Amino acid sequence: MRSERAQARPTARRNRPSFLLAVTALLVVAVSFVPLGYVIAQSIDTGWDTASALLFRPRVLELLVNTVQLVVVTVPLCVIVGVVAAWLVERTRVFGAKIWAVLLAAPLAIPAFVNSYSWVTAIPSLGGLHGGVLIATLSYFPLVYIPVAATLRRLDPAVEESARALGLGPWAVFFRVVVPQLRLAISGGALLVSLHLLSEYGAFVFIRFDTFTTAIFEQYQSTFNGAAATMLAGVLVLFCLTLLVIESVVRGSARYARIGSGSARRMTPADLGWRYQPLALVFLAATIILSVGVPVASVLRWTVLGGRDVWKFDELASALGQTLGFGLAGAVVTCVLAFPIAWISIRHRGRFSRFLEGATYISSSLPGIVVALALVTVTIRYVHPLYQTVGVVIAAYCLLFLPRALVNLRVGLSQAPTGLEEAAQSLGISPLSAFFRVTLRLAAPATAAGGALVFLGIVNELTATLLLAPTGTRTLSMRFWSLSSEIDYAAAAPYALTMIVLSLPMTYLLFTQSKKVAGL
Amino acid sequence: MRKRFGRISGIALATAAVLAVAACSSSDSDKTTETSAAGAPESITVYNAQHESLTKEWADAFTKETGIKVEMRQGSDTELGNQLVAEGDKSPADVFLTENSPAMTLVENAGLFTDVKADTIAQVPSEYRPSSGKWTGIAARSTVFAYNKDMLTEDQLPKSLLDLQNPEWKDRWAASPSGADFQAIVSALLELKGEDATKAWLAGMKDNVRTYKGNGTVMKAVNAGEIPGGVIYHYYWFGDQAKTGENSKNVTLHYFKNEDPGAFVSVSGGGVLKSSSKQDAAQQFLKFVTGKSGQEVLQNGTSFEYTVGSDVPANAKLVPLADLQAPKIDPAKLNSPQVTQLMTEAGLL
Repeated sequence: MRSERAQARPTARRNRPSFLLAVTALLVVAVSFVPLGYVIAQSIDTGWDTASALLFRPRVLELLVNTVQLVVVTVPLCVIVGVVAAWLVERTRVFGAKIWAVLLAAPLAIPAFVNSYSWVTAIPSLGGLHGGVLIATLSYFPLVYIPVAATLRRLDPAVEESARALGLGPWAVFFRVVVPQLRLAISGGALLVSLHLLSEYGAFVFIRFDTFTTAIFEQYQSTFNGAAATMLAGVLVLFCLTLLVIESVVRGSARYARIGSGSARRMTPADLGWRYQPLALVFLAATIILSVGVPVASVLRWTVLGGRDVWKFDELASALGQTLGFGLAGAVVTCVLAFPIAWISIRHRGRFSRFLEGATYISSSLPGIVVALALVTVTIRYVHPLYQTVGVVIAAYCLLFLPRALVNLRVGLSQAPTGLEEAAQSLGISPLSAFFRVTLRLAAPATAAGGALVFLGIVNELTATLLLAPTGTRTLSMRFWSLSSEIDYAAAAPYALTMIVLSLPMTYLLFTQSKKVAGL
Repeated sequence: MRKRFGRISGIALATAAVLAVAACSSSDSDKTTETSAAGAPESITVYNAQHESLTKEWADAFTKETGIKVEMRQGSDTELGNQLVAEGDKSPADVFLTENSPAMTLVENAGLFTDVKADTIAQVPSEYRPSSGKWTGIAARSTVFAYNKDMLTEDQLPKSLLDLQNPEWKDRWAASPSGADFQAIVSALLELKGEDATKAWLAGMKDNVRTYKGNGTVMKAVNAGEIPGGVIYHYYWFGDQAKTGENSKNVTLHYFKNEDPGAFVSVSGGGVLKSSSKQDAAQQFLKFVTGKSGQEVLQNGTSFEYTVGSDVPANAKLVPLADLQAPKIDPAKLNSPQVTQLMTEAGLL
């Protein structure tokens, strides 16, 4: 921890960020508050009588119970699966640890709604809370696994060795020394899982599990933009904000993770012995079969069943092109807009930077459906030229995925100390080219990872794209959704397959990059 | 100072690069629409709440005949209807197509439709279009009770749609209440039996029904034996039978007939927006859809919806429309906002 401070001090300068930088960052934050502002303004507009009639009705209670149950059951399950899996591949001599390590990140390449479609076509009766928990756990446990594995890899073995030297057994070491150090990774992962649970739409529709998000979408489809939808959105927003508060309490203010590459000594992995080795293998294999095997097999089965007819190459190509376009543009714009915020938070630490980060985090915890609902209404009423344009879709992606870019950019920038840039300048290079040749280059891998993460999010996004995309847009996820809603499962399969194939390299990049992000 | 300048200009440059990329990508899409506009006489925008595959068949045939391209925005009846109302006279839409009538009435009541051309009206018999002439029927669909023959015998079937509110049907029937199809059925019930009866029926439904998303999904559940029966429209069954039959092989259709609310035949609508700057092309499209070639898409295509115009008979596999003994309802009287409100109050939405 000392080394962190020693490293951080000289780079964290007290001077204020430049005007332009601050204004850009503030602008991004201002736009990111549009959805929240919309929900509040609409709620006030609706008036108390109508609002309370819409809020305090049995249906809302039903949705509340469903959503709470889902979060309360799924999040601990994801944590257990994620932590156990991470511990096995990082800290034990489980057979094939390196392969498992990569495979366990793979479920992220399968959109949750594709996962759900696969499961529901394999087991048609799957539904309700059980189905929701199953699908959500299988889709989202990597969000815990990845940061935990990365943290485990970087933990200082000396602490555990000391504990053992002081007489603690292996279990006691794990629970009293290792787990507390994982608190940051676990609580962060758990927060991500719960926010995903709140915003997931497609996966829960397939298995007839109603949450606030599915109900808002239904209201939207029934009234386009009625008061009932906004009230439900308001409750959902409160839900998200509550989770943010809970997470910040759980996380606490202490820092556990070691930062910097000071001690890279790898922990000696534990021997599982003949008794636990098979058990561990069964656990890992089952996790992979259920989360990757079932969806891939199911998608392939439908593809084969559909035969050659389902491959409408011109439509597939156009959907792929549009998806790539949205994904790339969204990733680039998001990374660029995240840049000023990341820059301020690394180079100008202080109240202002904390405010910026907090603000973007709050607004991006809002589910896609709420962001989309807000942007549709705002553009239709106040900035009509933007209505139904690519720009609004990209803006929505930025709002939703800004933290993904932010987290990575911060790592990248913190690894590029100002000293290097200054040194380059003192050697006679212009400031501009020093920035490009030193800082930007050093930050490039992290930026790429952030971009990849945003891209992955966009490829798998459904609700905001459905609501906001310009007329004529048919992305992979939109086509998949349309065809699978007409229960034409075979015709939907090629789109599912393409989405998975497109997401795989990004997931891998994300996995490899995660090791660098851990601890910051 | 110089350092700071470097940083700023770096960021500015990066931003500019991105804006350039964004501009390129948007000008790319502009270009494609431009070239399509240059290559063909025109292109129209259809807000499409009909099944995407059906309208695509219409659009492709129409483009082939006239060279006019068709852009589709996909959504549900009431979603797009309300969206048109919200957009008002700034709407980018030229034509609106629905699966059912209530959303057409919604847009008509907002004064957004222009009159349908007389030669188009002449192609559609009066029972399949509103008396106002602000829009027209383009296809039709019949309500059915789809049931699993292993779970229900013929004498156990509901005699009337109203029976489904009774306790003996608890957890024994399914529907897709969020869909415009089902909401159209409720609007027919409202028109035929009044608000009190509809409220009571919806309350009974809330107790009894198992909800699914989409009529096809309801049929799939009935087929799989998850639930004995469900209220859907007829063509899901015919469509699946024509494909693999995998989702309908255990399903039989029961037609309520006797002018029961459950025998409701829903008219799919099409109308031209007053705000459209492409009136001529838009009217041409509507004329095409209700004309012989458009109706033959219904007769010979894969949609299995009923024909309503140009004397083109329905697909031979369907029970003839005349035999369904549907209740007589002016499609212009179906009220969607009230239905959504009643269903929201009942806890179904």
